[in-house]
Amino acid sequence: MDAGKESETTVKSRTTVERKSERELAVTRTINAPARIVYDAWTKPELFRQWWVTKSCGLTLVSCDLDVRVGGQYRLVFRHGDSQPMAFFGRYLEVIPPSRLVWTNEEGEDSGPVTTAIFEEKGGKTLVILHELYPTKESLDAAMASGEKSGMDETFEQLDELVSAHAR
Amino acid sequence: MRARNLLLHPAALCAILNLMVQSYRVRLDASFAALSDATRRGVLEQLGRCDASITTLAGKFHMTLTGMKKHVGILEQAGLVSTEKVGRVRTCKLGPHRLEEEKAWLERHQQLWESRFDELDKVVAKLKRKEKVNGRRKRE
Repeated sequence: MDAGKESETTVKSRTTVERKSERELAVTRTINAPARIVYDAWTKPELFRQWWVTKSCGLTLVSCDLDVRVGGQYRLVFRHGDSQPMAFFGRYLEVIPPSRLVWTNEEGEDSGPVTTAIFEEKGGKTLVILHELYPTKESLDAAMASGEKSGMDETFEQLDELVSAHAR
Repeated sequence: MRARNLLLHPAALCAILNLMVQSYRVRLDASFAALSDATRRGVLEQLGRCDASITTLAGKFHMTLTGMKKHVGILEQAGLVSTEKVGRVRTCKLGPHRLEEEKAWLERHQQLWESRFDELDKVVAKLKRKEKVNGRRKRE
């Protein structure tokens, strides 16, 4: 396996995330494989499910359907512990193997971001560029703030517990 | 909105719960007081849309200038709003606290994608090995 030795040690901070504009985020990372392999891992459910949900979090992917063609639907169902399963779905807008995928994220009550994945091959490696384009500045701000809210909720819950314990 | 964010970034769940509880405990007092008032929450919402002068805000919320100044002062102390006086007009915008949140959110997003891409790296390494073996077999 010559791949193991050559580069892994020299690359640092491999994934970058940047807010490109008021309503756009960009994520980049170089993957050590040709674009066609990266594209396969992104479009074949049996491969996709091996990496999309990272194991450290106790989330499991219950089902994963990817109908990868223009207008085709994808649907991912997650479960966290004993909680209700959560569905995550959308449609593919552009499908250009092995260099480009565009899909919608429709699980919200109003329109979600559109994600564009670009796979640029260079010297046997692939630069993955992900653009997440939100419909408005407000929707990206809200997405960013909602992580804050869930933390807040838990803090308030703990405060509630504390207060009610004292009241007893 | 909150549910969607978790769906979009499911693996960020742990990170959110752990990090946010820690950092919010520290700032809870000031934020708690600032956010306990409906007008102040309204002001934050308004400033999320665009910056505004105290006069504009007072008008929007049907308040006296003095009353609005007091609210803005409390938000400013909590780091939720910052103000700048140019000439005779004091303009309010979402404060440094908000920028920190954005930075923290981007960091969590980065961690999520980093671990996701690490897993992807493992998957493609397996596929490459498989291809190599298959290629050799074909040649033999």
